[in-house]
Amino acid sequence: MIKVQQQDFDLAAEIAELTRGRTDIGGVVSFTGLVRDVSDGAKVAAMTLEHYPGMTEKQLAAIERDACARWPLSASLIIHRYGRLMPGEQIMAVVTASAHRQAAFEAAEFLVDWLKTKAPFWKLESDGAAESWVEARDSDDTAAGRWEKG
Amino acid sequence: MKLLYFAWVRTRTGIAEETVSPPAGVNTVSALIGWLCARGPGYAAAFADLKAVRVAVNQEHAGFDVAIKPGDEIAFFPPVTGGRDDKGSAAGF
Repeated sequence: MIKVQQQDFDLAAEIAELTRGRTDIGGVVSFTGLVRDVSDGAKVAAMTLEHYPGMTEKQLAAIERDACARWPLSASLIIHRYGRLMPGEQIMAVVTASAHRQAAFEAAEFLVDWLKTKAPFWKLESDGAAESWVEARDSDDTAAGRWEKG
Repeated sequence: MKLLYFAWVRTRTGIAEETVSPPAGVNTVSALIGWLCARGPGYAAAFADLKAVRVAVNQEHAGFDVAIKPGDEIAFFPPVTGGRDDKGSAAGF
């Protein structure tokens, strides 16, 4: 399931919803990304996430299908927020459920790596006075590259 | 065709979206960029460094040589931004 939204989310409620009535799930892995108050050593007062409505949902659904094809997942959820966020706020979450823990752990890491590098979100950081767009980083591509099929 | 601009590409063009009807000869992404750049300095600034610009045609990633036609939705944006765990961006993941 894909949720792209401006409002905050309650992870416990999301997991409860995802697993309600299910007795085939042996484990649930979740990862939550937060806004940090430091970027490249500089103070961050706020961050604004911009995205491409329509394309974002399509791309997230495609990577979720990819994860489900690679690992035997019983259920999955990707939540990604957009708009203005303050340090400490939740940005995104990935939840994966499977009969066994390994698939859930690996699929969650795969999805987070992908979200970090390939999802169409752009970040405008503010230090309270000036704003600047965050540039793409090679190190993230390296993290996502671990999952490319050789 | 409908054009969309995101992040700093949008701040340079000065608009988020517009509908345009370029001449018939403008039938690739590259040709469209050339046509746009002739319209004003904001466009020229947005497309000054094409290595830093990504394109989507009808919400699919596309190259600059891809064919375009009336009715298409074409978006221009920078590479998506992540951030390293140790420093990188304020997105802490």
